[in-house]
Amino acid sequence: MRVDLMRRLALVVALLVPPAAFAAEAEPLAADPALEERVMQLSHMLRCLVCQNQSIAESNAPLAVDLRNQVREQFVAGKDEDAVVEYLVARYGDFVLYLPPFKGTTLVLWLGPVLLLIGGAGWLAWRLRRRVTEAAPPLTNDERARAAALLDGTANTSQEPRS
Amino acid sequence: MKAKFLVPLFIFLLLAGFLGYGLKLNPRELPSVLIDKPAPQFRLAQLSAPDVAIANADMRGQVWLLNVWASWCVACRQEHPVLNGFSRQKVVPLIGLNYKDGADDAKAWLREHGDPYDTSLVDADGRVGIDFGVYGVPETFLIDQAGVIRYKHIGPVTPEAVRDVLLPKIAELKRAG
Repeated sequence: MRVDLMRRLALVVALLVPPAAFAAEAEPLAADPALEERVMQLSHMLRCLVCQNQSIAESNAPLAVDLRNQVREQFVAGKDEDAVVEYLVARYGDFVLYLPPFKGTTLVLWLGPVLLLIGGAGWLAWRLRRRVTEAAPPLTNDERARAAALLDGTANTSQEPRS
Repeated sequence: MKAKFLVPLFIFLLLAGFLGYGLKLNPRELPSVLIDKPAPQFRLAQLSAPDVAIANADMRGQVWLLNVWASWCVACRQEHPVLNGFSRQKVVPLIGLNYKDGADDAKAWLREHGDPYDTSLVDADGRVGIDFGVYGVPETFLIDQAGVIRYKHIGPVTPEAVRDVLLPKIAELKRAG
């Protein structure tokens, strides 16, 4: 058991090492770790325009590197997060934001899922309520007698029941 | 309800319609936020004359094209003959923005493929490119007499784009100005 556990641990370590080694190749961090933390935090919320499904924090496209440097420089110059976002939106539009602003053109984007959820829940409630009210009608005397016969085992099973 | 079995079909057709339309969209072509806004301020050295800088003010009063290019850009090769042909027509000044390139590489590239540009501006660190919202080279901006960006073409300029879009827009701007 112990050997097995050790093996598993070794596997976990082996799987963790390559990304760590890869990270070492990334650009040198700024001297100030707190600043770098801010840069990365904001970069994760910004879309890389070259490889559109990555944030500029994840992408190593030259433009993403440039934009990260821009973010860092502007932080150093004393700008806050909002000012940097404004700077980028002025150049690349709302598309750079992974969290698009709530406005006319993004109304469907923001409200669509909520409307779908409400609509779906409403439809489901309607269906369920209808199912309750549409309970099966009570058995007629004839059907009751046949059911009793079936349960007693006296019914002629070769004969198909007529409905 | 008799037509109930048609509901899934209807939903399918609706989805297929949306998805089919989506297939035709090009996610790489993002509308520029700079359209109808003043071109960003720049002051850049020329490739052929590093001592002489060109700024927005130098282009005032005329309609002109800014073409972002680089010697490392493969698609630029594709559009280059079109630009060569365009500049021979002498319709408007064509200014190159040599984006994140080496001066020697850029000059060699122009010698090899021909130089359609009235001049090329050197944007070695890509800073002006970012100000223009460049995210893929080549991109081409149409700028009017007042220095306002009127149109942006993303990707290689094709002969059709010149004939059907750029030339009519240029003519319109020249008439207005």
